[in-house]
Amino acid sequence: MDEAITLSVRDLSTSFFSEKGEVKAVDHVSFDVPHGSIVGLVGESGCGKSMTARSIMKLLKYPGKIVGGEILLEGRNLVPLSERDMSLIRGEEIAMIFQEPMTSLNPVVPVGKQVQEAILQHRKISREEAKKKVLHMLEMVGISEPEKRYRCYPHELSGGLRQRVMIAMAMICRPKLLIADEPTTALDVTVEAQILELLRELRDTIGTSIILISHNLGVIAQLCDYVYVMYAGQVVECAPVLELFDHPSHPYTRGLMDSVRSLRRGDERLSTIPGVVPNLLRLPQGCRFAPRCPMAGEGCRSCPPELKAVSAGHLVRCPYGQR
Amino acid sequence: MEKKILLSARGLSKDFPVSGKRRLHALSQVDLDIYQGETLALVGESGCGKSTLGRTLIRLIPATSGSISFEGQDISSVSEKEFRPLRSKMQIIFQDPYASLDPRMTVRDIIAEPLETHHVCATAKETTQRVTELMKAAGLPAEYLYRYPHQFSGGQRQRIGIARALALKPKLIICDEPVSALDVSVQNQILNLLKDLQAEFGLTYLFISHDLSVVRFLSDRTCVMFLGKLCEVGDTAQVYGKPMHPYTRFLLGAIPEIDPRARGEKRPLLQGELPSPIDPPSGCRFHTRCPYATERCRTEEPQLRNVEGRQVACHRCEEI
Amino acid sequence: MRDEQEEMLTMQMEAPEDVLGEADTLKDQLKRMARQNKLAVVSAVVILLFVLGAIFAPVLTPYEFDQQDVINRLASPSAEHLLGTDELGRDVLTRLLYGSRISLLVGVVPTVISMLAGAVLGICAGYIGGKTDVIIMRLADIMLAFPSMLLAMVIMYTLGDGLINIFLALALVSWASVARIVRSETLKLKESVFVEAAKSMGVSRLKIMCRHIFPNCLPSMIVLFTLNIPSAILSESSLSFLGIGIKYPQASWGLMVNLGRQFLYTKPWLSLAPSIAIMLVVLAFNFLGDGLRDVLDPHLKDQ
Repeated sequence: MDEAITLSVRDLSTSFFSEKGEVKAVDHVSFDVPHGSIVGLVGESGCGKSMTARSIMKLLKYPGKIVGGEILLEGRNLVPLSERDMSLIRGEEIAMIFQEPMTSLNPVVPVGKQVQEAILQHRKISREEAKKKVLHMLEMVGISEPEKRYRCYPHELSGGLRQRVMIAMAMICRPKLLIADEPTTALDVTVEAQILELLRELRDTIGTSIILISHNLGVIAQLCDYVYVMYAGQVVECAPVLELFDHPSHPYTRGLMDSVRSLRRGDERLSTIPGVVPNLLRLPQGCRFAPRCPMAGEGCRSCPPELKAVSAGHLVRCPYGQR
Repeated sequence: MEKKILLSARGLSKDFPVSGKRRLHALSQVDLDIYQGETLALVGESGCGKSTLGRTLIRLIPATSGSISFEGQDISSVSEKEFRPLRSKMQIIFQDPYASLDPRMTVRDIIAEPLETHHVCATAKETTQRVTELMKAAGLPAEYLYRYPHQFSGGQRQRIGIARALALKPKLIICDEPVSALDVSVQNQILNLLKDLQAEFGLTYLFISHDLSVVRFLSDRTCVMFLGKLCEVGDTAQVYGKPMHPYTRFLLGAIPEIDPRARGEKRPLLQGELPSPIDPPSGCRFHTRCPYATERCRTEEPQLRNVEGRQVACHRCEEI
Repeated sequence: MRDEQEEMLTMQMEAPEDVLGEADTLKDQLKRMARQNKLAVVSAVVILLFVLGAIFAPVLTPYEFDQQDVINRLASPSAEHLLGTDELGRDVLTRLLYGSRISLLVGVVPTVISMLAGAVLGICAGYIGGKTDVIIMRLADIMLAFPSMLLAMVIMYTLGDGLINIFLALALVSWASVARIVRSETLKLKESVFVEAAKSMGVSRLKIMCRHIFPNCLPSMIVLFTLNIPSAILSESSLSFLGIGIKYPQASWGLMVNLGRQFLYTKPWLSLAPSIAIMLVVLAFNFLGDGLRDVLDPHLKDQ
């Protein structure tokens, strides 16, 4: 691929050190976000997808720590940067939106002011000019009557509007990369559909690359160009979206897809993935999915599989999927 | 075969006082029948009053007006004391498995609480025996008897909640979004369990959810709610196959398809914001967001009427 | 769904197979505090030493607390009298040890009384609400509006001297703040889903208060307990210092500070020794309280 790469993550490892030992929350994860694309990270809770996002922003809470790898934003490695340098990049070049738009906004400051603060942080412009930009941005994210909403406090807005404000705040400096961590999980389906549409529009008009983190395969299918499936801190499968949904090759990916309930027919019985996510402190010796895998053989339990290509751009961490 | 009505509500309304003299109309004039042995799903978006309806039906919160009868007996006017024995016949499973279990009680004590409250067992030993049986029914190993809720995963906690709800052999269980806080694969485990338990114990479910795919799997009939009113009630397969009310259509249309190829299809997007339940719109409550709204919708409130084997509250559902 | 990092942390720490057998949440929390907060552990040890000193005072010292030795009055610290003697020739260390009995008792007993009264009233006010709430909380407001020292003095003057009366006076001035905190905790718990679950099963009001509300108020009450003890000790010291608390020849730290006052320049140990004892105990309880609060109060943990 010759496309320009916005973000390239190479062998990123993030751990936190608990009393019981090192927990490898993100274990040698690599992925690329081509310019203007939407890349999805999918997996169940605790699989390391949010930790990956936080690592890129370098917003890890104690006791989390990046222990290895590179995060290259247009060729510049973010890992060794100081907190000060990082704060210049956050918001300006990479922005993030979170699942719960209520807790991410300051409840005592009008939302317009908060968006304005975000731009004044990075641009030396007058307040009037900033306000003009804010109003324009609010309109762009689909907030009707921006003048009126500008003065509203977060609690006066619905969940959908708050998420739009968050997106406006994230996009105000026109960052190269937007990380959306479960942006619609807390929202109703009709609002979710609106927000997904908005994210797609913003990518098209501003050209921002997006990392979309979700546990919802429907959301991923609707929005992403490229998908990484994560399990127990590792990428287990990655492929362009059509390829992934046409030929899911890792048993975990297949398990996830089978778990999706149909709207069209009433199933007699729902398919499940047996067992639970492994404890990251006591990972199985071989493949991390082996204890839950219907296909696992002796080899799977003893020797951890590598991520290997099955077709162009489609990598799978499973010997059976590779066949 | 004539279906027997287990619980029925007529003209049920619930207001909550809000700041000033205003009132939030969470439920207005809801009529609802739940048949013995069925699963009735209640769907709608947050703030539509579905949880309030579930709680009002079993008198967890008192209704402002209207009547409820359970097995033919009026339960809306009896005193709290007279009602207490009836509580054992209707139980509830809550959404948040983290908050619904007292963090300072062991699993045994949590599941034993309803048994002790209604003096089901004579001795503590008998109670423990019954708790173990319930845990087994809910798919929990009996070794976990003396553990605390925080030592369990979300799915296991929900199983504890289910075991507790089953303890009194209830007839009706209100399931208030029991899986929405869980991962998809775990959700399916719980949903399968609920289906098995229904068959085993002859339970009736009122299943509250915002997730239409959950409802599709489990329910026999579906009620769609919007802003404190029912807008469509009917057989689940029918409602999903051919939604009649415009709101139901938007709701079903908004669910992201698991097929990346379906992306090109322009999905109908609901416009505007949810109207305030403090000051609901006149006429049809959906008219401010409905693309098919006419003058009549703005002034005259549609009542539930029988259309093609189901009930729909829309003036124009046949034409559109 | 919760924050993933926290989710993963709890998953690791509390994954079911990890904790077979050990189940006491409070115990776990205390263990965590012991590992994280060394100051709190040191404080606990200091408190323990004082308690042991108070209990074994007769064994630890050859003198009686009121044994006078007029020839040897106002002696400087020596091998015989480690902290010297006072103006009647009594051994200061002995009086300090015996005094700790009074001071610790005065710290603990009224605090326990006020905690219990405050908890009962606070839970009733919060859970029952309505008129009960109004009456209890207005009463508490009135109590809190008075300067507590003044109030204690007034009570002592009306009731007269003596240990029991000190207990009563100090309990009376401190129940209100306990009731307030327990009430606000109760209001929060009242809205919690597990209380609603109990209601849905038909559990009676009294049972809900005893089985669900009270145990969940305990962590904040334990913290409050350790924070209220030093204030009770200080109040007793102040009252005794003013001459309306413990009466001569009983020893209490406040009384000892008062008696040593006139020799502050010439024989400073007379006042200094009990002052340092007060300071040590008060600080120890405060640090322990802080440590407990950090582990038991999730709201502060987040900040």
